[in-house]
Amino acid sequence: MKVQIETMNRGAMMVATLHGELDHHAAENVRGTLDREIEATKVDCLILDLRGVTFMDSSGLGVILGRYKKMQAISGELVVTSLSKPVERLFEMSGLHKIMKIYKDRETAIKALKEVTK
Amino acid sequence: MKTANSMSMTFSALSENEAFARVAVAAFVAQLNPTLEELTEIKTVVSEAVTNCIIHGYGEIEGDIYLQCKILGDSIELVVEDHGIGIDDLDLVRQPLYTSRPELERSGMGFTIMESFVDEFAVESVVGKGTKLRFKKRIRTPQSATHHEV
Repeated sequence: MKVQIETMNRGAMMVATLHGELDHHAAENVRGTLDREIEATKVDCLILDLRGVTFMDSSGLGVILGRYKKMQAISGELVVTSLSKPVERLFEMSGLHKIMKIYKDRETAIKALKEVTK
Repeated sequence: MKTANSMSMTFSALSENEAFARVAVAAFVAQLNPTLEELTEIKTVVSEAVTNCIIHGYGEIEGDIYLQCKILGDSIELVVEDHGIGIDDLDLVRQPLYTSRPELERSGMGFTIMESFVDEFAVESVVGKGTKLRFKKRIRTPQSATHHEV
């Protein structure tokens, strides 16, 4: 699984785009990469763009929930965007859709978050 | 009745094999013409079951995972088994959001997902001997329905 990182809004926002299959095998790597970036950039907002995720299971939910908690612990925010139908179903099943903000794409998320951080 | 078409495989309990297992089962059941949604459900169930064997069944110990898949009419039967530590409290592990390994950031959704994506689900486990998960799922594609009317 590939994780593509971009920072924007003068370093206040980070978009991490995930490409590939997010299972238990990929989880450790994704967790490590995201945590390193969160710590290095000290961003307030992490946008997790899932448009490239071709498969996900409960291990993926665990990684996303873990990063959500990490951002919360530093008074930051994590939002997710571009969920495929199967991924959306997992979010609903686990109740994650009730605690996390979900946007249809990254542009909508960036716009919404910029409004808040203004 | 037609003889069941079956396949079985044994592979090391390594996370690298999670993708292999779900793709192998998906390729095998493709002959029933499942919808993309059904195929995703099957792949997810295999992934959850195999991940459970690796994390909970074996943990740090080395071992093998035994997977069996049968096609019976328009249904598939799947068995995923490990010879690991076994499960002490079966009711507890089936609770949504329960995880015995919170330090690994498990979501605790594995059993709930497996239960939701199949028609029948059973767990057999003996502490110190291992765990066997059995699944049954009917493939409800228009194609298999037509086949049955003939």
